Amino acid sequence: MTLAVFFGCSFIAFGPALGLCLFSVVREPLRVIILVAGKAIEGLVALSEDGCSPISIQQMAYVAGLGFGLMSGAFSMINLLADALGPGTVGIHGDSQLYFLTSAFMTMVMIFLHTFWGILFFHGCETQRWWEMVAVIFTHLIVSGLTFWNPLYLGSLIPSYLLMFATAAWAYVLSGGCTQNLLRSLQGQQSETSPQPGS
Amino acid sequence: MTELSAHLPQFQHGQLTENFPDNHLCNTNDNSERRRHDNSERRRNDNPESETNGQPQNRTQQVVEQDEEDEELTLKYGAKHVIMLFAPVTLCMVVVVATIKSVSFYTRKDGQLIYTPFTEDTDTVGQRALNSILNAAIMISVIIVMTILLVVLYKYRCYKVIHGWLIISSLLLLFFFSFIYLGEVFKTYNVAMDYITLALMIWNFGVVGMICIHWKGPLRLQQAYLIMISALMALVFIKYLPEWTAWLILAVISVYDLVAVLCPKGPLRMLVETAQERNETLFPALIYSSTMMWLVNMAEEDPEAQRKASKSSTYDKQANQIQNEDADLDDGGFNPEWEQQRDSRIGPLESTPESRAAVQALPSNSQASEDPEERGVKLGLGDFIFYSVLVGKASATASGDWNTTLACFVAILIGLCLTLLLLAIFKKALPALPISITFGLVFYFATDNLVQPFMDQLAFHQFYI
Repeated sequence: MTLAVFFGCSFIAFGPALGLCLFSVVREPLRVIILVAGKAIEGLVALSEDGCSPISIQQMAYVAGLGFGLMSGAFSMINLLADALGPGTVGIHGDSQLYFLTSAFMTMVMIFLHTFWGILFFHGCETQRWWEMVAVIFTHLIVSGLTFWNPLYLGSLIPSYLLMFATAAWAYVLSGGCTQNLLRSLQGQQSETSPQPGS
Repeated sequence: MTELSAHLPQFQHGQLTENFPDNHLCNTNDNSERRRHDNSERRRNDNPESETNGQPQNRTQQVVEQDEEDEELTLKYGAKHVIMLFAPVTLCMVVVVATIKSVSFYTRKDGQLIYTPFTEDTDTVGQRALNSILNAAIMISVIIVMTILLVVLYKYRCYKVIHGWLIISSLLLLFFFSFIYLGEVFKTYNVAMDYITLALMIWNFGVVGMICIHWKGPLRLQQAYLIMISALMALVFIKYLPEWTAWLILAVISVYDLVAVLCPKGPLRMLVETAQERNETLFPALIYSSTMMWLVNMAEEDPEAQRKASKSSTYDKQANQIQNEDADLDDGGFNPEWEQQRDSRIGPLESTPESRAAVQALPSNSQASEDPEERGVKLGLGDFIFYSVLVGKASATASGDWNTTLACFVAILIGLCLTLLLLAIFKKALPALPISITFGLVFYFATDNLVQPFMDQLAFHQFYI
């Protein structure tokens, strides 16, 4: 395959996630640590909680979810990308020719889903709503189950994306967002009220 | 070895020693230097608090009672220092992995080092295991002997010998190993090169490297050189250590490190205590520092400068009586022509004795450099080298290829995180290799044997979990 395939697939799969990383994680060293080490640091962060923790639980949920998503995406994609640089023809034995492309899109949706699942799961743990945690696990199983349809990409990709948008909306609402803020940000204006912590 | 510079009232002191045949002297020397540096820094910070006792035990006792505010501060600064170490460690590993993947020279078997004389091409598995155990034992013994030799040299103040040893090692790395590396890279990419250009390149690279590392240079350049020589050393190890031996050596050296730093009679601990007693400076070579090393030299030179100043002042007093009459005539070089030029350019501005006194009364800038934010963190090059050996070996020999490499990389970073966090909590000397190498080894074998076959099947059917 070609360099174009390599770069195209890597940007499809990792572009949004790395963008999220760049804009929200890289500035804050603590967030980078949590991205890499996840819950390992959670204990110490909780230790230093004195009313003014250096990082809020929601930020931690977001960053942890992003970290899990990046790792899962990397593990799924990285061998594929390495093979994409080498010689070969995709689908020469009768498999789908869209293998790389669909893998990249599936990886992207998984990364996003992990991020949102992180936020939802943390919120469920914080507010003791067991049904949120069950919902997260259930949607994860559904998305993984959908991939069983996989040469039939319509069956796996489209429902996954729909689920991703639904989860995104839910996570956004839980993080204190509202439609007015969303509209304002789309129109490029500052939001008037800062988001309240999730109820 | 990791050190968090002592910018907090409590001292975070991480130590590690990495010893290996070619460079162990440099690294152990480096360790002694690091410790000396760390102790001198501690002393500098100690003095305002009027603590002259350098025993680590007293530190831990004070440390127990600290504010939560301090702990949060610790966490923030600890986090910043962890990030300051993530970047160079990552860079070194990336360089090593990139080289391993592209230049086949470093994965080709061209014999073994003299320190690992037993071959691993044996008929039975048992024989191979025995040979690798023997190889690892020989290597570790060499390391232990050299460390003890270094401690002895240091105790008896044979600084010239240590310094010479260090310089020879750096010369070897910067000229010979980089020459080989460059040659192999050219061969891989089929680049035509003549000896004259090559000689010029290597000469410049090496000389600038020696200057940056052993003397003074821009910080980023020094950091880059240290990363490069760590990568070169790691590549040599990856090439010349047979497989089972390499893994065994990594495991054993983590244990040795743990023992040497934490046991009361460990050679590294003795080095630390000797350095503390002498309150000496460090050689800047072979320690990666994330801030200006010259800060240390400046502060160290101040007492000497003051001594010199006090000496010269006595001479001045005698000379003053003679020179007083000439004081008014001595314009210090600012002759009338210069003053005319100044007047024509910027107008009649002149400093008066009052304004000069006011400026001199301002706190000197060297105090600002002791701001905690400016203090960096130091990590021994041996740490870089062994981390890179682990990741490089993983990328060279794993059947899982990139998954295993990635897993080992993340494992090492997590280990580094945890080590620095433990330093912040326990505030006593801790070795930095064990946690990272343990995680790395566990992740390597687990990923290669358990995760990779599973991921292969998943990717084949395009299932996602």
